[in-house]
Amino acid sequence: MMGKFIIGRYVPADSLLHRMDPRSKLILIFLFVCIVFVANNPVTYGILLLYTFVMAFLSKVPLRFILGGLKPVLWLIVFTFILHLFLTKDGALLFEWGWFEVYEGGVRQGTFISLRFFLLILMTSLLTLTTTPIEITDGLEVLLGPLKKINFPVHELALMMSISLRFIPTLMQETDKIMKAQTARGVDFSSGPLKTRIQAIIPLLVPLFISSFKRAEELAVAMEARGYRGGEGRTKYRQLKWTGLDTVMMLAFVVVTVTLFILRT
Amino acid sequence: MDISLQQVEYRYQANTPFETLAIQDVSIDFPSGQYYAIIGHTGSGKSTVLQHLNAILRPTKGIVQIGDRTVTNEKKQKNLKEIRRRVGIVFQFPEHQLFEETVEKDICFGPMNFGVSEEKAKELARKTIKQVGLPEEILSKSPFDLSGGQMRRVAIAGVLAMEPDVLVLDEPTAGLDPRGRREIMEMFYRLHKERNLSTILVTHSMEDAARYADKIVIMHQGRVYKEGTAEEIFASPEGLIELGLDVPEVVRFQQKVEKTFGKKLSKICLTLDELTDEIKELLRGGDRK
Ligand SMILES: Nc1ncnc2c1ncn2[C@@H]1O[C@H](COP(=O)(O)OP(=O)(O)OP(=O)(O)O)[C@@H](O)[C@H]1O
Ligand SMILES: [Mg+2]
Repeated sequence: MMGKFIIGRYVPADSLLHRMDPRSKLILIFLFVCIVFVANNPVTYGILLLYTFVMAFLSKVPLRFILGGLKPVLWLIVFTFILHLFLTKDGALLFEWGWFEVYEGGVRQGTFISLRFFLLILMTSLLTLTTTPIEITDGLEVLLGPLKKINFPVHELALMMSISLRFIPTLMQETDKIMKAQTARGVDFSSGPLKTRIQAIIPLLVPLFISSFKRAEELAVAMEARGYRGGEGRTKYRQLKWTGLDTVMMLAFVVVTVTLFILRT
Repeated sequence: MDISLQQVEYRYQANTPFETLAIQDVSIDFPSGQYYAIIGHTGSGKSTVLQHLNAILRPTKGIVQIGDRTVTNEKKQKNLKEIRRRVGIVFQFPEHQLFEETVEKDICFGPMNFGVSEEKAKELARKTIKQVGLPEEILSKSPFDLSGGQMRRVAIAGVLAMEPDVLVLDEPTAGLDPRGRREIMEMFYRLHKERNLSTILVTHSMEDAARYADKIVIMHQGRVYKEGTAEEIFASPEGLIELGLDVPEVVRFQQKVEKTFGKKLSKICLTLDELTDEIKELLRGGDRK
């Protein structure tokens, strides 16, 4: 019932993006989030859009699947657009209808902001689609490593993150299973008046919470049983390796960034 | 209520990179009042088949006929409640679906969703809790204070309370102790006989399949591998063993006897008594055949 949702999911494949070092991917994403705000005219937004789609193409994850999976967020983007359309009153008046007035600035602003939103979500999805939770965590842990000096719990944070990411799909499966079981007992999740549909959430959430707590407890016991003690002195089975590919990707990104700075107005 | 699957195919998460073909070209008729057992390896698609029986899954290809309703991939179905009431499914590990404060409320949940009055539902709860072999006092307890086996029985009671015409059971006794397993299987069989229910049981126990089912369906890698009565299915146990499936102990023993004595018994025995008689005959007569 929720098979199309893609946030936090990993799609196994052998692509350039999959082969990149998680550290370089994380740095790229971080920088990308910054340079999205550099763009301020159609040309620069065009370049960002192009860059993002090239990345999506390189990931070998079907574009149709990525876009389909972003549908739930699409509403948010549309909503942002509409909000700007009506609230920004700059430039020439394009048309008015009753007390609705749409200005050129509104259209412009709305398009840019929602495009920005879209690019950010697409890029971050690409990260999780091509990187396993473990890799993301390993990468983050290394990148945030210096913070350990000021006693920031880097390892614990990384572990928490990887566990949450790891359990998103499990939680979805569980939700799906319980929904089916309650449907068989006469609950209607997908039609009927709003009130009964909201009530239908209880038979879903209670079992879900209970199984999550149980799972958390089991996980904790299992980790302890295997002698887990946290970050101190812990060695890694998977070694991160920075390759030529990562350097090339970084350089490509630098080129894009420089172009953006030249072309922005 | 007759249910029939015609060339049903189901793909999970169709049109995504995660697409999995779970079952294909599955055609089975489940006539009213019959006891069917579905057997197969883990991952062979048994649970997927079951979920078509009350239209929780719509086939990606083929037709599912439930009573006079036809379910296909084409159009979204409306008003499935009637089907859901008449076809009760006990899912694999049904104890995960409990959520109410008390056992009584949880059992009443199903019937009340289908419009039964609270009073009548409570009456059903009292009746079904006894059927599953639990004391009435348990009704006022929280389901989460029960043992795993008790929770399982409560969940089963919750489905029985819907008074379905077709009872679909997905490994209802997995993980229970041998006695509890026996009790629950006997209870289902009694209900099947008394109320003339159609029963469809998924099980890994060849013994249960041989003992209770009128017909056995063997699934293998998403397809129906074989369908027939217990005698027909176990007549050639070699095929089953090749698939990595068990055969009942009685059948295995008969095979050994036949091999040792170099003779065939006159029929396939499914119970210990039958086999004892046959062996007696063999030892007495010796050259009967
Ligand atoms: N929700 C799901 N999403 C994706 N694939 C699934 C899902 N449920 C089942 N499958 C796949 O469909 C196939 C059939 O699964 P199914 O659950 O029907 O098997 P089963 O015969 O009931 O096995 P078991 O004896 O373990 O219960 C398996 O390959 C499984 O991986
Ligand atoms: Mg199953």
